[in-house]
Amino acid sequence: MLYREAGDFSTTYSQDSQTFPIRFDRWRYYVVLFVAVFVIPFMINDYWVNSIFMPFLIYSIAAIGLNILVGYCGQVSLGTGGFMAVGAYACYKLMTAFPDVSMFIHVLLAGGITAAVGVLFGLPSLRIKGFYLAVATLAAQFFLVWLFNRVSWFYNYSASGQINAPERDTFGILITGPNTEAWATYLFCLIFTVFSAVVARNLTRGSVGRGWMAIRDMDIAAEIIGVNPLRAKLTAFAVSSFFVGISGALFFAVYLGAVEVGEAFGITKSFLVLFMIIIGGLGSIFGSFAGAAFLVLLPVALKVVGVDWLGWPTDIVAHLNLVIVGGLIVIFLIVEPHGLAQLWRLAKEKLRLWPFPH
Amino acid sequence: MKYKLGTMAVAGLMAASPVMADLVFPSLSYRTGPYAAGGIPFADGYADYFTLLNERDGGIGGVPARVLECETGYNTEKGVECYESTKGEGALVYQPLSTGITYQLIPKATADDIPIHSMGYGRTSAANGDVFSHVFNYPANYWNGASAAINHILEQNGGDISGKKIALVYHNSAYGKEPIRTLEKLSEKHGFELSLLAVDHPGQEQKSQWLQIRREKPDNVIMYGWGVMNQVAVQEAANIRFPMENFIGIWWSGAEIDVTPAGDKADGYKALALTAVGSDFPLYDDLQKYVVDSGKAAGAGDQLGTVPYNRGLYAAMLAAEAVKKAQEIHGVDDITSGMMRDGMEALEITEEVMAAAGLPDFGPTFSVSCANHGGEGMVAVTQWDASAGQFVQIADFAPTDMSVIQPLIDEDSAAFKAENNIESNCN
Repeated sequence: MLYREAGDFSTTYSQDSQTFPIRFDRWRYYVVLFVAVFVIPFMINDYWVNSIFMPFLIYSIAAIGLNILVGYCGQVSLGTGGFMAVGAYACYKLMTAFPDVSMFIHVLLAGGITAAVGVLFGLPSLRIKGFYLAVATLAAQFFLVWLFNRVSWFYNYSASGQINAPERDTFGILITGPNTEAWATYLFCLIFTVFSAVVARNLTRGSVGRGWMAIRDMDIAAEIIGVNPLRAKLTAFAVSSFFVGISGALFFAVYLGAVEVGEAFGITKSFLVLFMIIIGGLGSIFGSFAGAAFLVLLPVALKVVGVDWLGWPTDIVAHLNLVIVGGLIVIFLIVEPHGLAQLWRLAKEKLRLWPFPH
Repeated sequence: MKYKLGTMAVAGLMAASPVMADLVFPSLSYRTGPYAAGGIPFADGYADYFTLLNERDGGIGGVPARVLECETGYNTEKGVECYESTKGEGALVYQPLSTGITYQLIPKATADDIPIHSMGYGRTSAANGDVFSHVFNYPANYWNGASAAINHILEQNGGDISGKKIALVYHNSAYGKEPIRTLEKLSEKHGFELSLLAVDHPGQEQKSQWLQIRREKPDNVIMYGWGVMNQVAVQEAANIRFPMENFIGIWWSGAEIDVTPAGDKADGYKALALTAVGSDFPLYDDLQKYVVDSGKAAGAGDQLGTVPYNRGLYAAMLAAEAVKKAQEIHGVDDITSGMMRDGMEALEITEEVMAAAGLPDFGPTFSVSCANHGGEGMVAVTQWDASAGQFVQIADFAPTDMSVIQPLIDEDSAAFKAENNIESNCN
C-alpha cells in the first residue's frame, strides 16, 4: 500500500532510468538525506560523532570502494588496509607540506594518489585471477604497511613513527585537530560519503560499470563482445582505490587524528572491510552502507547494552561481542548469502504487494 | 509539541544522571586480545586500590571514587570510543595503558582540559610540561628506561662497554620505536654497537629475529615488548641458549607471566622496574581485609602481588595522591579534571607519602613541577628467580643519564610545539 508504483508514470527516458524509479523510494531517499544534513548536525555531540557516525560514514566509503572492485568487477582484493594507509599518509604529507590548502583538496588529492598506487598494484590482475590475485593484493597490503613503517620520510622523521594530524580547516572551519566541532567533522565526512555513493552508483549504471560487470560475470565472453579487459580492470582498481584512499585520509585526519600504520591499517582492516561488503551484499551500494553499519554499530550497541545497562564485566561483553558478531555473520551467510542488500530487496518486493499478496 | 518532548527528554536525562558527588577514574583496560596478559593485572590493581579507599576511608577526602572500566583491546579505535563515552561522566584522569591510544588522546584531552597520566609509556617528550600542559609521565619514561638498561650493562662491565654489541628487540610500533633515538645517542657516547630488531604486532613470530641474534651474537639484548611478545621472546632466548643475565627487558617486559612459560630456562632474566616487587607491604593487609575477603576484588582476584598488579596499584596511588593535592590546593572536595591537573603538577611523592599510603619504599621519590612532568626518572632493576618463582630487586632506584635524555626531550617537544603552535604552559 505504501510502497507501490501504481499511478507513478514515467513520461521521459531520464525519468524511467533514474536511480529510484518508485516515488516512495525517492521520497525516502530525500528524507534520509534531509535528516542527515539538516537534522543530525544540530543534535549530535562528540560521542555520537566519534563513536558512531564518523566510523560508519568512513567505513561506508571504504566499503563502496571495495565493492566496486570485488562486487562489481569481480577482482578479489585483500589490500584495502594498505590502500587506506596510502590515503592516510598521502593526506598527512600534503597537510604538512601545504598547510594553507583546504582539507577538501587534500582529501581528494590523497584519493588520487591512492588511485595511482591502486592501478600499479592492479597490473597483475591482467594476468592472474581469483585466489592468486587475492594473494597478490595481500602482498600489496604487507608491502605498503612495511614501507610506511620503514621509510621515515613518510612520517616526517618523527621519533615514534606515528603520524599526527595538525589543525587544518576548510573555509575557515576546523576539520582536523582536537578543537573541532562535532557537526563540522560530521558534515565533512558526510559530504564525501554522499559524493562517493552518488558517483559510484552512477558509474556502475553506465557503460564503465557494465564493462566491470561483464568482466566479473565471464571475462572471456566480455572480451569477445568488445569489453577491453585492460581498461575495465584498471579503471575498477583506480576508482576503487580512489574511494578507499579517501576513506583512509578521513580515517586518519578527521576520525583518529593519530595513526600508527601497523595497528590502524593492518591486515585486520582489509578483512573488516571485506566482511562489510560480504555481509552487506556484493555488487550493491546500499549493501556497502548496510555492511558498514552492521559491523560498526553492532559492537557499540552490544557494549552499551552489556556494560552500561546490564552492568556485566567488560571482558565478558568483549568476548560475547566476538561470539555474537561471528555467529550473526555465519547465520547471515547461511540464510542469506547475498547479504543484507538482498534482504532489503526482498522486503521491498513484499512491500509492493502488501497488503494483498497473491 | 516536538520542542516540548525534546526538553522533557533533556530534563529526564539530567534527572537520571547521578547528582551525588564522586571522583571518576576511567580505566581504559584490555582484558581481551594479545596484550591481555599485562592488561588484566594492571586493571585489577587500579580498580582494587580505589575499592580499598572507598571501603576503608570512604573515598578520597570523603568523596567516593568510581572506576569506569572500558575495554579497549589495545585498539586505538575502541580507545577513542571509550574516551568519548567516559569523558562526559566527569573523568578526572585518563590512563590508557597504550602508547598508541595515548598519542591519540594527547590533543583531545588537552582541548577538553582532562589530564593524562601515561606512567612509563606514551609520548616521552611529554615530560616537558611547558609544551604538554595536560600530559604527565612520571615517575619514569621510555628514555629513562633505555638509559637505565645501558647503565646496568655498564655496571656489569665495569664501566666500559666500547666495542660491545647490543641488540634492541622491539615491538614495531610507536612504543617500541621510542627508545631508538636515545640508544643511538648512548651508543655514540659509550661506543657500543647497536643493532635493531623489530617484531611486528602481535609478536608471536620472532624466529627470524632470534636467528639473527644467534648469528650476530650480541653481548646484550634489550627488549621493548608487551603482551604475548614477551613470553615468546623469553622462550626463544632460552631456545638459543642466550645467557639470560645479559637479556634485559623494559618494565613492560618484566612480569611473572612473561617468564613462567619458559620454566627454569628463564632463570636470571632481568627487567627494569617502576615499583618494588612482591606483596610484603602494609597495604596488602588492608587489601585482603577490605577488598578480597569481602569479595569486591576486580576481575578474578588472583593477580595480587604480581608485577603489573603492583603497577596498577601504584598508578592508582599516584592518582589518589594527586586528588588529595588538588583538594588541598583548591579547597574543594569534589574536584574537576582541571583541578586534578593542578594537583598532578604539584605532586610530590616522598617516603612519608608512600608510607602513609601503606606502601613504604614502593617506588622512587620524585616531585613534579610545571616544567617537568616526568619526575626524576629513577629506575630499579629486577631479576627473575625461577626456583623461587618471583622477581627479585637487584638494584635500587637509580638516576638515569639525563645529560643525554633532556636534550632529546627538549628537541622533540620543541618540534611538537612549533608544529602545533602551542603556547607556553609555564609562566
